[in-house]
Amino acid sequence: MNAHYPALLVTVPLLSGFVISTAGWLNKRFCFPIAVAALAVSAFSCVGVLLQVIEQGAVIYKLGAWEPPFGIVYHVDHLNGLVLVVVSMVALINLIASKRTVQEEFPEKLGPFYTMYVFMCTGLLGITVTGDAFNLYVLLEITALSGYGLLSMSNNDRSTFATLNYLYMGTIGACFYLLGVGYLYIVTGSLNMRDIAQILPSLYGSKAVVAAFIICLVGVWAKMAFFPLHGWLPNAYTFASSAASGLITPLVTKVMIYVMIRLILTIFTPAFAFSVVLVSKPIVWLAVIAIVMGAVLALASRNLKKMLTYIVVAEVGYMVGGAWLGNRIGMTGAILHIVNDALMTLCVFLAVGNIVYKIKDTGFENLQGLFRKMPFTMGAFVIGAMSIIGVPPTCGFFSKWYLISGGLQAGQYGFVAALLFSSLVSVVLFFRVFEIGFYEPLADHHGHGHSAPQPEPQPQMHPMMDEAPVSMLVPLMVVAAGLVLVGMYTGDIVEHIVRFAIPNALI
Amino acid sequence: METITSIKPLLAVLVSLLITPILVSSRGPNVRETWTFVAAGLKFLLVVSMVPAVLGGAEIVYTMAEVFPGVAIKFRVDALGMLFALVASSLWIVTSAYSIGYMRGLNEHSQTRYFVFFALALSATIGVAFSANLLTLYLFYEMLSFATYPLVTHHQDSEARSSGRKYLLYIVGTSIGIVLPAMLICYNMTGTLEFSRQGIFAGTEPRSTMLVLLLMLVLGFAKVAIMPLHSWLPAAMVAPTPVSALLHAVAVVKVGAFSVLRVLTGIFGIDLLSRLDLGTVICYIAAFTVIVASLMALSQDGLKRRLAFSTIGQLSYIVLGVALLSPKGMIGGMTHIAMHAFGKITLFFCAGAIFVATGKKNISEMVGIGKRMPVTMIAFFIGSLSVIGLPPTGGFFSKWYLVLGTLQADQMPMLIVLLGSSLLNAAYFLPIVYRAFFCTAEESMFPNTVQEAPVWCVTPLVITAVGSVALFFYPTVFLQLAELAIGK
Amino acid sequence: MEDIVQTVVAKYNYWIYITLMMLGLYAMIAKNNLIKKIVGMNIFQTAIILFYVSIGVKKNATIPIMQEVHGHAVNVAAYHNPLPHVLMLTAIVVGVATLGVALAFAIRIYNQYKTLEEDEILAQIRTREEQMGKI
Repeated sequence: MNAHYPALLVTVPLLSGFVISTAGWLNKRFCFPIAVAALAVSAFSCVGVLLQVIEQGAVIYKLGAWEPPFGIVYHVDHLNGLVLVVVSMVALINLIASKRTVQEEFPEKLGPFYTMYVFMCTGLLGITVTGDAFNLYVLLEITALSGYGLLSMSNNDRSTFATLNYLYMGTIGACFYLLGVGYLYIVTGSLNMRDIAQILPSLYGSKAVVAAFIICLVGVWAKMAFFPLHGWLPNAYTFASSAASGLITPLVTKVMIYVMIRLILTIFTPAFAFSVVLVSKPIVWLAVIAIVMGAVLALASRNLKKMLTYIVVAEVGYMVGGAWLGNRIGMTGAILHIVNDALMTLCVFLAVGNIVYKIKDTGFENLQGLFRKMPFTMGAFVIGAMSIIGVPPTCGFFSKWYLISGGLQAGQYGFVAALLFSSLVSVVLFFRVFEIGFYEPLADHHGHGHSAPQPEPQPQMHPMMDEAPVSMLVPLMVVAAGLVLVGMYTGDIVEHIVRFAIPNALI
Repeated sequence: METITSIKPLLAVLVSLLITPILVSSRGPNVRETWTFVAAGLKFLLVVSMVPAVLGGAEIVYTMAEVFPGVAIKFRVDALGMLFALVASSLWIVTSAYSIGYMRGLNEHSQTRYFVFFALALSATIGVAFSANLLTLYLFYEMLSFATYPLVTHHQDSEARSSGRKYLLYIVGTSIGIVLPAMLICYNMTGTLEFSRQGIFAGTEPRSTMLVLLLMLVLGFAKVAIMPLHSWLPAAMVAPTPVSALLHAVAVVKVGAFSVLRVLTGIFGIDLLSRLDLGTVICYIAAFTVIVASLMALSQDGLKRRLAFSTIGQLSYIVLGVALLSPKGMIGGMTHIAMHAFGKITLFFCAGAIFVATGKKNISEMVGIGKRMPVTMIAFFIGSLSVIGLPPTGGFFSKWYLVLGTLQADQMPMLIVLLGSSLLNAAYFLPIVYRAFFCTAEESMFPNTVQEAPVWCVTPLVITAVGSVALFFYPTVFLQLAELAIGK
Repeated sequence: MEDIVQTVVAKYNYWIYITLMMLGLYAMIAKNNLIKKIVGMNIFQTAIILFYVSIGVKKNATIPIMQEVHGHAVNVAAYHNPLPHVLMLTAIVVGVATLGVALAFAIRIYNQYKTLEEDEILAQIRTREEQMGKI
């Protein structure tokens, strides 16, 4: 079994999708357990394969025992081993946490929902684990299509239109990536990532290679909502159901960042990406604009969920900028931030999911008195907010440290300034929400904004607490605790995993 | 220098953190308060248990996790940290008792939240005291900022909201906007952030770079309320008085001063500062704050606001003392942490007791109050003496060393500043006491009967007043710690 | 002048696919009707498929179906490259699936807003938001 972890982690969710679809016809109650079992096996395999990689180096799994470059190969090294664990854990935790909301929001569509959920996990894990450029396109589209389904399956009126707009951009992005792979195939004759990397160095002068790089990059940027191709993200993610946002928001953009880093580090190698194609400085400036713009647009939002999606746009800017700084510290920061951002986005979106479960809407006027009503949820939300702001000992601080250090070392002071600016703006953003939740008297459930003066509540021990159910609270608490733990263990993660994920050529 | 590895520093920090779930789930207010006392007592005992080792010249170290190459989240209990920790942990016990009297006397809401965040704030304070490097200090500094926000904004009215915003703007804005980049620049230049006697710099960097970094790190720790970053402190007086008492006379502002001391002595090092003549710059900045704050205190009618401006001035004494870079000056500055803490907390306790007993907040309304609350006002008198720096109170002791320090450092302007500000301190404290006791029957605003604040309020302020006097006669512990801290 | 003509004529497959791509993109961005946008998206995808298939062509080669191989090596130059065809089978399926999903969304949007014109849909969304904000 040990040798088959790379295959298991993709095929088990894939096959379970079909099982769930069938089981859904027979009895809806089977869907959730099967999905949990599948993702649990997948998570276990991911952890197993990462431990194998830490012990013995890269794990190469040949599908169907065909030799590369003729066959498709799953190549797990430190970089994607880490991302695999993060993706599978986030997916599993979100699945467990969102059981109640799925039950409540669309009880008659459990079968289709869980089917698409596991297919999306298949796609995400497959993108991460594959070592073949075209196989990545296939899995990219699996992810995208199941994502469209999940995002539009919502009680919110606007979700379908928003998802259609996402569909356009997503398809353009995937097609650009496909085109780039086509160019690479023309010049190298191979589709295997490492085979291409071996053949390319003699061809660095060729315009086709440069074109391939830029086209692939633009395609991936469209998929990760990097400025200026970000317009689809806020709407698509805000109007989705809690369960879908909890899965998609933390993961999809991060996996796309992983693809970009894979392009830079493995397929095209840092020598090409930073020295031959001189685009790193403009890209870092684009990242600066993305960060500033994400922060400013978040300030303008009057809806908690929308505000968080704009923060995601800014976070993408962090990671793209960090990767393109061109030094080891910046790349470490970007890779670390993939892990940290996935966790902290999951934390805040789970908290928002709890809030939506109780209050049905996340407009600012409805968040009054939340600290009193849902102290545990808001406590975890505060920890997630601290991580986004960048307060130690939560993990967000440590990756920000690396990013700022990388910026200082590379002389990109605009990037440094943008990072500090967005930290300060995040303080304002979150304390605005905290103020509403802390100060105002409780609004009644129909969302009326004004409030009649209420008598001073008697000094009670536990006044008026109306928390989300335990099955939604416990995963949230686990993730919040995880934020602090991952922060404290940053040194170990960097020392044992991230250090080996970056080729020695990058200083 | 002997180094002992022990988990005690971590435990001292964690004690109050770990009781928060117990506090939240307590069945009744008495159970909750009992647990607060248990935690405060345990914390104090843990701190005290490490005193003999530290006085013997050892350092107690505990490393939690190495998060960056060369920088770990690490505790080190040395003399300076022990000095601060003793002050904070001992005064927490007293303040918890006072809180009971105050909060119950006014029937305040959300008392559990109050006690929980108080415990968290103390956890962070001890964390700052025992930090081994700038990163750990920053971690607990931020934790303190966020833990005290619900305390400052306790009353949840619009005044609290705007004060809270000011508090965040000044304190978090500077720590993220100024301290964090400065810390990163230091780390990138030197590869370490550990506090050490010779500092972290090699000594070859240009003076201008060092000056800029020094200013960033001194002004960035806005909790020390150096002007012009001081306005958050008077604004924070909207908090309940026990909060003002411990946090803003002892913990929060002392954390700021302590952080600046660590920067001066541990990051830059006395040698580097005196070689590049950077101490004088800080002296002048601190002196400016001392004078202007004392002047502004004179014009304040609100008692707590007057005390707030007094604190701003006194904090700069601490910075000034260490920035003098002379041994006596530094001892003066460091011991002033303790002396001022006891004096100021007495004054705040009195202000709160007056409010609980009479509802009065302004000095102009406190004519003749000495007849009604004699114990309180005598304690106030003793507290004022300590802050002014007159015997037989502890404040005299630290001021004496400060004065000697200016002579030792050959800084005559600073001497004038010190003496002048002492006169100003007298000018804004003594009239309060005089008018409280010595007025005619018509002028008095209160009936002649003695009616003190509840006993839970009065006892703590008597204890701290007695403490201020005791420190005059027995300053040994703090004196020895300060001497060890500067390496004598 | 000679060079330009040569480039255009020699690489005519590139020019065709670029034109088709631009047509598709234009339709997606500039057209108001949702179906036209979706059609544009499909044209865009088709352009890339055509491009891929076109690069597998070789001079004097025949379709890649082997006849009667008697144990000796295959003459690769005699057959068009089948790999791009195979890859594009996948891409075509993906394109069809995406088209299906997009059309399903269009049907749903039509049921909701009773129109397929994007500006009218946005206007309806705006009015609904204002109404909800006023309550």
